Amino acid sequence: MNELLTATNLTKRFKPEEHPVVDKVCFGVKEQEIFAILGPSGCGKTTTLRIIAGFERTDDGSIQLNSKTLECPYTHIPPEKRGIGFVFQDYALFPHLSVLENVKFGIRNAGGSEREFRALKMLDLIGMKSLRSRKPHELSGGQQQRVALARALAPKPSLLLMDEPFSNLDAVLRNSTRNEVRKILKDAKMSAILVTHDQEEALSVADRIGVMNNGKIVQIGTPEDVYYRPKTRFVAQFLGKTNFFAAQATGLEARSEIGYLMLDKPARGDVMISIRPEHLTLERATPANCSGTCGIISSKEFKGHDITYHIKLPTGECIVHTDNRMPFGIGENVVVRPLEPAVVLKQDS
Amino acid sequence: MKTSDYIRKLPPWYFFAPAIFVGIAVTLPLVYLLVRALDGNLGQSAELLFRERNLTLLLNTLKLTAGVLVVTTFLGFPFAWLTSRTDIAGKRVITLLGVLPLAIPGYVLAYALLGIGGENGTLSQVFGLTVARPSGYWGALTAISLYTFPYLFLNLRTGLMGLDPSTEEAARSLGLSSFQVLYKVVLPQLKPAFYSGVLIISLYVIGDFGAVSLLRYETLSYALFIQYESAFDRVYAAWIALILLTLTCTILVAEYKLLKGLLFYRAGTGVSRKTRFVALGHWKWIAYSFVGLVTFCAIILPLITILFWMAQGVDPLVWEILGRSITSSVVASAPAALLAAFFALPLAYISVRYPSRTSNILQRFAYLGYATPPLALALAFIFFSLNIIPFIYQTIGLLVFAYSLHFLAEAMGPVRSALYQTPPRIEEAAQSLGVSKFMAFVKTTLPLLRGGIIAGISFVFLSAMKELPITFILAPIGFETLALNVWSFSGEAMFAEAAPFAISILFFSVIFVLLLFSREWKKYE
Repeated sequence: MNELLTATNLTKRFKPEEHPVVDKVCFGVKEQEIFAILGPSGCGKTTTLRIIAGFERTDDGSIQLNSKTLECPYTHIPPEKRGIGFVFQDYALFPHLSVLENVKFGIRNAGGSEREFRALKMLDLIGMKSLRSRKPHELSGGQQQRVALARALAPKPSLLLMDEPFSNLDAVLRNSTRNEVRKILKDAKMSAILVTHDQEEALSVADRIGVMNNGKIVQIGTPEDVYYRPKTRFVAQFLGKTNFFAAQATGLEARSEIGYLMLDKPARGDVMISIRPEHLTLERATPANCSGTCGIISSKEFKGHDITYHIKLPTGECIVHTDNRMPFGIGENVVVRPLEPAVVLKQDS
Repeated sequence: MKTSDYIRKLPPWYFFAPAIFVGIAVTLPLVYLLVRALDGNLGQSAELLFRERNLTLLLNTLKLTAGVLVVTTFLGFPFAWLTSRTDIAGKRVITLLGVLPLAIPGYVLAYALLGIGGENGTLSQVFGLTVARPSGYWGALTAISLYTFPYLFLNLRTGLMGLDPSTEEAARSLGLSSFQVLYKVVLPQLKPAFYSGVLIISLYVIGDFGAVSLLRYETLSYALFIQYESAFDRVYAAWIALILLTLTCTILVAEYKLLKGLLFYRAGTGVSRKTRFVALGHWKWIAYSFVGLVTFCAIILPLITILFWMAQGVDPLVWEILGRSITSSVVASAPAALLAAFFALPLAYISVRYPSRTSNILQRFAYLGYATPPLALALAFIFFSLNIIPFIYQTIGLLVFAYSLHFLAEAMGPVRSALYQTPPRIEEAAQSLGVSKFMAFVKTTLPLLRGGIIAGISFVFLSAMKELPITFILAPIGFETLALNVWSFSGEAMFAEAAPFAISILFFSVIFVLLLFSREWKKYE
């Protein structure tokens, strides 16, 4: 599919002497794709989004939308001429306008009745037609969120940007709203960039994820890609619990603290590998299977459907998720077995 | 950083340009004060500056300021404490009574004081008491204190309301008595509020001209008036204005230094717990008597005096002048109010949305126009206009412009607080929906500022309606406002003739005070 938006080498420094907040960021967004920028707070993800929207300028690089240059050090199309929608973290609804007037605000080049019709259709889509004459402060957080989305979608932008759109909702509401927003975007065949620090949100909503750290995009891939095949220690850790081991690789096999294991790609010499806790399992240690690589269970968390074990190894420790049919006791000697190949990590840059 | 990057961070030109213009418009005339003062030769300048009379005038001014500060503290603090910390019934009325004296300008109080005493005064004719006409230091002290104590009251009340009651409870739990708590915990935390009240009152006393001139107490402002009025020597007038300006700057710097280390005292904006009110018991009768006495002196007595003199019979010709005066006052005040709001909007916007050194300095210029003693400011405008744009000298336009710069700060307060309540992202939201930056401001932020702007316009309008010193110097010949007439008739002891003008001023001032009161009251209800 065609690339809709291309960001090349975006760079932003707020103070000349400091490390850039956004450092040579490159990525592309395809038509009808939901792309998430995931990273810890202060990694530059919101600034990147604001550069794309046109609220900040880039010091270097460029942005192309439908192969038209929106932004580079010599060009700056103002935000209102970009045709890019924005959903703000705090929604930024116009407090003096009703729900309907908020949604109508961005619909231009149309007669009064046509604007009204389109706005109502939009409200129908988000299931809020009956609340059209309410003021923003009379709505719940989830309703405000949906109005903000409807307002941004109403002018039919070619791309929608969302800055931490679910962070102001409580945990229960967050889950349902997330699925609903994804459905609305997919139904509207909308392309979107979502900025978030919540890995679960990125993994469940996005088609592709760009993981960002210290102003740089470290890895781009599908949710499965970045979760199962992280390229660096940072990505592996940021996307969920994981175990790191130092290992000596010989091709597709390596020797580590938990014994021999398979690697996802060939490597040689000293490497750092990552393996997720659910890709490990436990066996009771017997003199036959324990050749100097067994550990002791130091603690366990029973969570109903599964159990998390913390294992003390000869020089380190590791975490293992197993299903609840493996009842080991604290202090028992066990052997850790990999179920999947381990991932070889690059050095963090 | 490239220069272009730096420019991007500046506010848009349509906000920046008016703000810069205000800065220049305030400072440039003040520079001309200096130019004019240095007009003569150096020896003459030194002689004018180091006259012994200047020292006497300065000491008189400081003596009056100190006296007023002591009296207003004793008047303002009980009001503030009663309305914020006690269980006294009728807090709303007491608060209103504490603000209402602002409706009777110092020169009207001076007029009332003059009208009370003496053989023909209110007291001797109504109550059969003959009292010497108050004048000089004690007269000026009384008039100005009764007029200005509400400023201290309002600041202290805001301060007391903002204190976190849990610090007091903590002190009690550590073994302090309630008096020790007041002395060791409450009062130290009230310092910032007290200082800002002190600042406003000191600036007022230094700049006051109406009361001191009617009661004949020689302060710097009074001397400036005499010099301007009776002598042709404008150079000495310029020197007195410069001394006044130096005094003002000293006070501003002192205030800044005093407040600098104290900012941590300000209570957080979080939801604080309800204060527990002190039960007054039988003490409440003393409290009511205090409130009653102050109200009687500051409001009722002046009002009776004005009505008494009005009942003595007023020359019918006066009614004709009254109509013209009201028109003149409105003609000058209304455009000034609109202009002040027009200047205040960009200044407030820049200071709230683009906080930086530059915007901070620009904002200070707005306050400089307010802090400069009005006679000195007016004189500066005369020198400036005569030298640079002579055709606006002696026009209403110049008067309107001077009003708007002088009262700009009064318009900025409400506009700023409205801006703080407006979410900044809504303008970006409007832009992302296809509206230009300027139109985004007009369509989203501006409607939300309406209340603040209207309040700002009203404050400036009502203040300008009762303004005396700037009007006195800058009004074109034959252009007589209400304030000018009160002042000139009372100056000639024509108390009956002054009465209708005084009543009209009170009418506008009461609206001002009610507006101020409703905004103050809303803050905590």
